[in-house]
Amino acid sequence: MIKTSPRRLAIDGDAVVKEALRRIEQPSRRLFLQRSLTLGGLSLLSGCAIVDEESAEHALMAVSRFNDTVQGWLFDPRQLAPTYPESMITRPFPFNAYYGEDEIRQVDADSFRLEVTGMVADKHAWTLPELQALPQTDQVTRHICVEGWSAIGKWGGVPFSNFLSRIGADTSARYVGFKCSDDYYTSIDMPTALHPQTLLTLSYDGQPLPPRYGFPMKLRMPTKLGYKNPKHIQVIFVTNTYPGGYWEDQGYNWFGGS
Amino acid sequence: MTDDTRPIHPAWLRATHWLNALAVVILAMSGWRIYNAAPFFDFTIPREITLGGWLGGAIQWHFAAMWLLAANGLAYLLCNAGTGRLLRKFFPLSPRAIVADLLAALRGRLSHADLHHYNAVQRAAYLLVMVDAVLLVLSGLVLWKSVQFPLLRELLGGYETARRVHFFAMAALVAFIAVHLAMVAVVPRTLVAMIRGR
Repeated sequence: MIKTSPRRLAIDGDAVVKEALRRIEQPSRRLFLQRSLTLGGLSLLSGCAIVDEESAEHALMAVSRFNDTVQGWLFDPRQLAPTYPESMITRPFPFNAYYGEDEIRQVDADSFRLEVTGMVADKHAWTLPELQALPQTDQVTRHICVEGWSAIGKWGGVPFSNFLSRIGADTSARYVGFKCSDDYYTSIDMPTALHPQTLLTLSYDGQPLPPRYGFPMKLRMPTKLGYKNPKHIQVIFVTNTYPGGYWEDQGYNWFGGS
Repeated sequence: MTDDTRPIHPAWLRATHWLNALAVVILAMSGWRIYNAAPFFDFTIPREITLGGWLGGAIQWHFAAMWLLAANGLAYLLCNAGTGRLLRKFFPLSPRAIVADLLAALRGRLSHADLHHYNAVQRAAYLLVMVDAVLLVLSGLVLWKSVQFPLLRELLGGYETARRVHFFAMAALVAFIAVHLAMVAVVPRTLVAMIRGR
């Protein structure tokens, strides 16, 4: 996730408010094309004012969808991300979200329930102790941000493929979506969800996941960029309907894999 | 010796040259905006000369133009090697010839009468920029899909080193373009030749 957001709004969970905000955001999305397309260099090269902004945006989005497909082909479910010795962990590990550190959400551990919906057999909501009782593993891997920087951290938790099989998820479905208590949302492809290094993370560096890193849990995928790794997960759903994502809906590439 | 009906640059070369120019301009300008999101040196690139407006927009431009660069570059290399032009125009090439032609150029004594013929400095520069473009594509692949190309990633020293390799390869390409454009200004006929073929 990246820290520089064009706006910093405390969004309420209400869908109507969200939709209204999304509409307000439209002009800022358009801004990048207005700025970029009026740059003289490009129109000079092509000899004309190439295209109107709307169709340029559509064309770039279409290429981004094509890039999703290519990344799906390139993704090898057995190819592991490199792991590192603990001495290489980046300290302090950077905080990142679409809001500032002063707005980190505090989730109450006792009342917390993880909801599981969509194409799954067992839809019972999970308490934190139930999740902690599942077999855990850990990994020291590199987190790569869409901004370019990277940092090495140590995450521990339940292999997500184990969790998916426990809840009887239909693994022939196309997407796994996430809704978070900080109003973030994102979604991933099923092959990545089943990747051996994809971890339903409950701990960071041997300690319970602190709020700044997404208490009570985040999904950690060393095969994807930071913004694909949701924190403060509240709802996990399995679906064939494209769920999009907070940044993805604004133009970040959906597959976002490395 | 010069057959006037023979084009200086065949049509496929002119087409790939200008498509490459378009791709490189988009990639460099959007790449600068991406660099600005997490600069690893003490400077950022002035916003006015970057493309994309915000990081997401810059990435969309970058990851669209990369296809043009790669496909066009591959077509260029295949045509160049397949037609024998690569061997004919760029070789033989010796360090001694490069030094001799460089000194001659600096004294203003290098002939540009026959544009069919590349001097040794041109040969070296064009070959280097071909290698540089390949390095840009390979290091870009590591940045885009570092997990999926482990051998390439390790050859380039890992993800973080690949970022620097990509940046310096860009800087080398931009330096080449600056000299290239200066040379075109000195011998404007070369621009006509790259457009009309002769």
